[in-house]
Order: sequence, then structure tokens, then C-alpha cells
Amino acid sequence: MTARLAVAFAWLAAVVTVVFLMAPLATVVAASFSPSPVFDLPLDGVSLRWYERIGRLDGFWPALSLSLQIAVLSTAIALVIGTLAAIAIVRGRLPGAEALATALVSPLMMPGLVLGIALLQYFRAIGFTATWSALVLAHLIVTLPYVARTMIAGLALFDFTLVEAARTLGCTYAGAILRVMVPALAPSFLTAGLFSFLASFDNYPVSIFLTDVRTKTLPIKMLQYIEEAPDPTLAALSTLILAATVILLVASDRLIGLHRMAGTAE
Amino acid sequence: MTDTAVRTPVTAVTRPDNDRWLTLGFAAPATVVLALLFVLPLALLLVASVAGPAGFSLAEYGRLTTPHYLGVIWNSLRLAVLTTGIAFAIGYPAAFALARARGVVRSALLATLFLPLAASVIVKAFAWTILLRSDGIVNTVLLALGLVDEPIRMIFTETALIVGAVNIFLPFMILPIYAVVAQLDHRLVDAAATLGASPAVAFVRVVVPLTLPGIIAGVALVFSLSVSAYVVPTLLIGERYPTLSTTIAKAFLLARQPAFGAAAGVVLLAITLAAVALSARLGRSGGSR
Repeated sequence: MTARLAVAFAWLAAVVTVVFLMAPLATVVAASFSPSPVFDLPLDGVSLRWYERIGRLDGFWPALSLSLQIAVLSTAIALVIGTLAAIAIVRGRLPGAEALATALVSPLMMPGLVLGIALLQYFRAIGFTATWSALVLAHLIVTLPYVARTMIAGLALFDFTLVEAARTLGCTYAGAILRVMVPALAPSFLTAGLFSFLASFDNYPVSIFLTDVRTKTLPIKMLQYIEEAPDPTLAALSTLILAATVILLVASDRLIGLHRMAGTAE
Repeated sequence: MTDTAVRTPVTAVTRPDNDRWLTLGFAAPATVVLALLFVLPLALLLVASVAGPAGFSLAEYGRLTTPHYLGVIWNSLRLAVLTTGIAFAIGYPAAFALARARGVVRSALLATLFLPLAASVIVKAFAWTILLRSDGIVNTVLLALGLVDEPIRMIFTETALIVGAVNIFLPFMILPIYAVVAQLDHRLVDAAATLGASPAVAFVRVVVPLTLPGIIAGVALVFSLSVSAYVVPTLLIGERYPTLSTTIAKAFLLARQPAFGAAAGVVLLAITLAAVALSARLGRSGGSR
């Protein structure tokens, strides 16, 4: 009896969780189709006018382009140097391997805001004033922990003797890496890339201290729009970002499986 | 590491130096990036926080002990404790349901965790400003159910802040707990029952200790995320509830008081590091039992 009650309680909590977590997302989508400039829900009619206005938001296209550039570039660099470091940590006889692993993941554990102000003062102190490059470098610290964590976990499960086996069977070293190691690690690599990209694209607390008047990332612009004049254009923009996220998640689910992602990237 | 050398004696004998240099070379780029863009800036922040006009000074930390700023620190801690507590109360049982779910239901549940996690924090906080307005959906529902007589003011209150924070950080509580619950050996619970334990006793003596690593990880994660949250307090409560994060941002972006901002930043960092260190310690002692 008590056990059944406990199970019922667990399911109740799960239902509450689902409704609660979906509520803001559903709201944004619904509000984006609102015909009136105030967010009247339930809707009396459907309108796409806010979607047309996204492109006319002041400074929208440069902000989107900047955010995409920073996210793609910092993720790409983090994937390369993070994976190399993960191989050294898991495979090699690296002195202080465990310390390096902890250090690589540690930026995740600290407030983004603190990282932001630390980098701001640092770049000022060394006279580094190139905003775009500063953002890429800063986002490298945002993305690297995701890559390091996921790739170290992925590599720890990989049986390196398989590479030797492939070589014994006649593969070249490069061929063995390409045909055995790369396919086995592809899921970890994709997961790491997805989380890094999203972390960078959505980052506010680090970027806010490194942007200037003319160079603003999309999250900073969005917060500015919300504080200045919230209207359903923002809901429309949010819906499009959400749709893109759904596509990314569905694609990763097909390729990797959400269940595996839950295990590799908490 | 030594057993690989035994298993592959040929490579180990012919290329030991080669391997060593390759390993160092692989680790080098990330190590350099971390040293130059993480360790050094943080060290500089620490220095800046104690640098007065005439050398070493703790004046900026002194300012943080005035009643106003102690209130600010209290606000941050209160936000973190309430958020973590509520997220745990919802997330712990929900993680069990998730672990019991199979097939389509489990996929759907996981998707509802991942989608908000992947969605922008700003988008979610913005949605709550719509939901919690006095003519918003939450009020409409409350009125329709007869729970309130007139719309209650929610936006820019502490309720809005906590609701938004729990909403945004809840997945970070559920996922680590789920990872542990999914591994739980249910035969242990059955064994406890066989040995005469009531379900409640089996839960407290068997299930809770076994899921403790997940609880510790989730609590530490949600605490450190919510204590340093910036977007949520900015959009959902604003000036009325200054936190360490909003104070730091203001010191740098508006007031131009970098030394004070640096000191506040060090305090915030110390709080999150204390939470992480405590959880690591608890995790270890829990594991050795």
C-alpha cells in the first residue's frame, strides 16, 4: 500500500515536472502567434506579423551572425584541443593527468559572471582590445569543459586494444584510428559539440563584460529588447530559436539517443 | 597505464619517448589555454580585489560587510537555498518515475528535460514574465478555479523569482539523481522487504543512502547555479532584490567600481567553491560507507 502510494507520488511529481518545464516554452510559442501586441492568451486568432518583424529588430542580424561565429569557432577549437587533452589524460602516461582533468572541467563549476569580470580585467591589463577575438577566447573557456567532460567519459569506455587489433589485422595506424576509434567515439564527439555550441550561443554572463556598443551577441541584444520594449516579436524570435533547438535535439537523438546523452552529459 | 604496456610490448618498447612527447603535445594546447585564459585571469581578479590606492587593502571586502551588502549576500543565499530545496522536493520523486518509465514514455520524459535545458535562459525567463503578469495565464487559472478573488501581483516578487529559478534549474537536479536511480538494484529493496523492513524503512535505510551520490551532485549543481544566477533575478524581480550577481554586474557595467566588483566576485566564487568542495567531501564519505 505504502509502496503503491510512493509510486503514485513519483508519477505525480513527474507530471508536475513535465507541465512546469513545458509551460514557459508553450507560452512563448503561443504568444508568438498573437494578433495583438499584448500577450493575450488564449489567442483570438493567429497572426504571423511578429515573425516578419524579427528581421527589422534593431541590430538583429549582426547580433545573430556574431553569436553564430563565436559559437561555431569556439566549439570547433574546443573540440580539437579538448579531445587531444582527453586522449592524453585517458591514454597517456601524463604526469598530473587527474589534476588536468579536474582543471579542464572546473570552469563549469564557477559563476559565469566571475569568469566574465576576470577576463575583462585581464584583457584590459594586457591591453587586448579586439572585441571579436576576446569573445572567441572567452567562449573557449565556456565550451572546453563540456568537451573535456564528455570526451574523457567517452574515451574511458573505449577499448584502445581495438586499435591494436585492427593494426594486427592489417590496418595502417591512421586507418585503424579512422575506422575503429572515430566511429566508436562519434557519439561523444557529437554530444560534446552540441552542448558546447548551445552553451556558447546562449551565454550571457561572460559575454556581457566583453562586448562593446557595436559588437553585441544575440543573448545580450535579446535581454536589451526585453528590457526596452517587450512585444511578441521577441516571442517569435524565441520560437524560431526553440524550433532550431528542437531540430538539433531530434537530429542528435537519431544519431546518438537521448538516453545515452543523459548518461554522458548530465 | 602499466597494463597497456604489458599488453602491447612492441609499441611500448620501441616508442616510449615518442609516446611521451606525443602525450605532452596532446595535452599542451588545452593546458596553455586554461593557464592563460582561466588561471591567470582569476589570479588577477584576486589581486585586484585587494589592491587599494596605496598597496594591499581589504577595504572593498569591508564594504561588503555593511548591512546593505550583507543583505545582498543573504538574498543570493536565500534564492539558492529556496530554489535548491524546491527543486529537490519535485526532482527526487520525478527522477524515480523517469527511471521506472519505459519506451515512448521515457523518451518523452527525457525530451521534456532536454528541451528546456537546451532552450535559452533568456527565452524561459521572458516566458515567465508573460505567464506571471497580473492579466497572465497563471492569474487567469487561479481566478477561474476560484482560488483567488482578484489577480495577485506576482511579477517582480520573490515568488516570481523562485518559480523562474526552480523552472530553469530543475533539470540539473533531476538528471544526476536519475543517473543514480537508473542504476539502482531493486533486488536490494526486495531483500530489505524480505528481511522484514517496511517500505518506509527500506526507503530510508536502503534507497536514500544508495541514491545519495546523485542527491549530492544535484543539490551542489543547483545551489551553485542559482546562487550565481543573473538573468533570472534581472528579468523576474529587478532592483528590488539585489543579489551578488547583479551587484557585480552593476559595479562593472554602471558604477565603474572594478575593485569592489572584484571583491564581490571573489565572495561569490568562494560560496560556489565551498558548495562544490562540501559536496565532493560528502560524496567521498558517502561512498566509503
